[in-house]
Amino acid sequence: MDELEAIKVTFFQECEELLADLEGGLLAMQEGAGDLETVNAVFRAVHSIKGGAGAFGLEPLVRFAHVFETLLDAVRGGSVPNTVELAAVLLRASDILADHVSAARGLGDVDMAASAAMAAELEQWTDPNAAPAAASAPAPAAPVAEDVPPAVVADDDALEDDDLGFVFVPQTITVEAQAADAELIPSNVWTVSIRPKSDLYRKANETALLLRELNRLGPIKATLDDSALPPLESLDPEAAYVTWSVRVETDEDEAAIREVFEFVDGDCELEISRGEGSVDQAMAALLTVAESAPAVEPAAPAPVEIAPPAPVAEVAVAPPAAEPPKPAAPAAPPAAAPAAQKATPVEVPGPGQSVIRVDPERIDRLIDLVGELVINQAMLAQRVGEYGIAPSSNLAMGLDELEQLTREIQDSVMAIRAQPVKSVFQRMPRLVREVANMTGKQARLVMDGENTEVDKTVIERLSDPITHMLRNAIDHGLESPEERKAAGKNPEGVVRLAALHRSGRIVIEVSDDGKGINRERVFSIAVKKGLITPDLQLSDEEIDNLIFLPGFSTADKISDVSGRGVGMDVVKRSVQALGGRISIASRPGQGSTFTLSLPLTLAVLDGMVVDVAGETLVVPLAAIVESLRPKPEEVRPLGPVGSVLAVRDSFVPLIDVGLTLGYREQSPHPTDGVVLLVEGEDGSRAALVADAIHGQRQVVIKSLEQNYQQVEGVAAATILGDGRVALILDVDATIAMRRREGGAPRPTEPTLIAAE
Amino acid sequence: MTQTILTVDDSRTMRDMLRMALAGAGFNVVEAVDGEHGLEVLSAHRPDVIITDINMPKLDGFGFIEAVRVDDDYRAIPILVLTTESDPAKKQRAREAGATGWIVKPFNPEKLVEAIRRVAA
Repeated sequence: MDELEAIKVTFFQECEELLADLEGGLLAMQEGAGDLETVNAVFRAVHSIKGGAGAFGLEPLVRFAHVFETLLDAVRGGSVPNTVELAAVLLRASDILADHVSAARGLGDVDMAASAAMAAELEQWTDPNAAPAAASAPAPAAPVAEDVPPAVVADDDALEDDDLGFVFVPQTITVEAQAADAELIPSNVWTVSIRPKSDLYRKANETALLLRELNRLGPIKATLDDSALPPLESLDPEAAYVTWSVRVETDEDEAAIREVFEFVDGDCELEISRGEGSVDQAMAALLTVAESAPAVEPAAPAPVEIAPPAPVAEVAVAPPAAEPPKPAAPAAPPAAAPAAQKATPVEVPGPGQSVIRVDPERIDRLIDLVGELVINQAMLAQRVGEYGIAPSSNLAMGLDELEQLTREIQDSVMAIRAQPVKSVFQRMPRLVREVANMTGKQARLVMDGENTEVDKTVIERLSDPITHMLRNAIDHGLESPEERKAAGKNPEGVVRLAALHRSGRIVIEVSDDGKGINRERVFSIAVKKGLITPDLQLSDEEIDNLIFLPGFSTADKISDVSGRGVGMDVVKRSVQALGGRISIASRPGQGSTFTLSLPLTLAVLDGMVVDVAGETLVVPLAAIVESLRPKPEEVRPLGPVGSVLAVRDSFVPLIDVGLTLGYREQSPHPTDGVVLLVEGEDGSRAALVADAIHGQRQVVIKSLEQNYQQVEGVAAATILGDGRVALILDVDATIAMRRREGGAPRPTEPTLIAAE
Repeated sequence: MTQTILTVDDSRTMRDMLRMALAGAGFNVVEAVDGEHGLEVLSAHRPDVIITDINMPKLDGFGFIEAVRVDDDYRAIPILVLTTESDPAKKQRAREAGATGWIVKPFNPEKLVEAIRRVAA
């Protein structure tokens, strides 16, 4: 990739971060944060976007960013008060800025009308007295322009043709005066008098370098007047005492000569005149101007002449007064200008600063390979076991170490691909604003745990479910501002989006402080749509979860927002396809919480390998609380077919996995097998009956849907050490299947279990 | 001898642009992400010229320049500030803080190298 293109990629990456910073800062301002640091950070974000955009010539983006930046600068400077209303406007402006960035990137278009309207609004805020249609302030002309002698601009034709020619009369005089001079002296000779002030040196400028620059315009002859130099004992090493007079022979114009002194403008007294000039005269003129200059007879100095080829080297010989405060080894000849085109290694200093860019495909390949390595290592361990090699033997111990290393490699490789969920979260504030605007609700988004890390493969697929849950929370969860006021709530509803790690999974919670689920209505709708029978007895929680049934929609009217043909059932299915699950908890009048849980990675899984009716299954370790062999007295029959297991103070439904998955018709007695006490995502427990346990293993997940099709009760498949395919059990689905068949009773005293 | 340039800018894009232009012209480039970081890098690498942005977190360009100018070890190092044409007031403030010269953004590599040549010993 072209280097510039690579930087452009960096720029857009940086834009994403800056836009997130901008939004974060503006949200803080909306919350009332008026501190200068926040405002400064917001300003910097827009400023940096503009700066980069300028470098790439992204005109529309630069223009909008400029107007935005101007207002922020005014806020920063205090001339525009920092209010909550302003923050709201700035937030909308940040959305449009984001659109401009996307458009510059070739993704989508900008609504130019909206952009122009916003720009006008921003200008109005910047200067309330300005006409609304005022164009953005044009950048002032470069200061150099002032220094261009007007004579250069004067044009004879223009003078004659133009009615306003009298304006130029003084200029014509200048031209004549110069022309008169030109007759007397060679037109390409200039005399430049330089009298540096100590400020010039304080800013690390250097007379020698100025001479070097003049020498680039043409041959120079420099004369030094050190007559103002005091005796050594009274000499201030930081002060400037000398005056240079330089004869330059050049075809360049005065502007070019002035440009040499651009950086020292104001830090030295400068006179540029055409012709040889009288050094004494020029100097006398300068000295009368200089306030600090002691009275010196013009004739007194014995000028030190310096030959042009090596003016810099000569300076070192000159009196110390001409030197900068810190002698900076001015020995380098003018030719030292860096012309070498060879690339030099770039050092990036500072701890934690070095970043390596790697093609994601390489990492994916690495992860695949490590997956194969895990399988291979398991296979090897199994073969060795089959040969009956003692666990204390060197070979077995070496294998243990290999397993350890394999695992560490796997963790490390997965860590490379792990990313904070921030990238997904940062898109959400805008969504919330838009949905709130569309539905007439007032909503504030509170985010938590943005830095929670999860595998890239999972991140990419988080966006849709979160978007939908947020839409749902605002559209269906939050009440209108009037309703909220009537209910004694703050008219502004709060929607919370949080990410956290819980037992080897990532959990995303979307909660609102709205009205909660209207269970009666949900129940009656479900009945009306024929999803359930009217006489069905359901717990509150079960009613809440009816909204995930296919074909369920509670909104009275299909709103623009939620009713985009996607119901919660679709969300649930897409989440399940990722090996995740979604549930809802609701409290009337206080709001609802959607909980979405996903594996941290879609690549590997820690599982318990079990035997069920001659089949080998893998139960995700994250779901297993404990495994036990039940005693006969702990198993109690319940109902015609079901039975429960007494676990300490509570009863847990017993589920025969073989029966549920259809491997067998008749369950063996639980005491003949092994029981895995598992906990579902919603906290409900069940005791899964298996025939035997083979132990824990890390398995590489192979998607069943991609290779075959979705099977209820099965999350995915894997390849075991002996090369056989084994299915990975979906614990929640298994519990749900058994429950639906009515065979398994619900656990008793759920609160007590939860409290354990 | 290869000259070392320290670039101080909080924008990665701008640092990359500067690096591309400077490395292409044969300079050795060291980078810092803000003024504070710039002062650290300064002592580690003793650059020949410093190029700094103005708007930065922690320690901005003005503060950074002032800090360099009061340090006897570094105050003779030329400092170029990155400014935009639309802000002469900022340029003036940077000069008062002790900036040697300035580069107007967006810059082209030739202008950048020329500005360095003008201030570098």
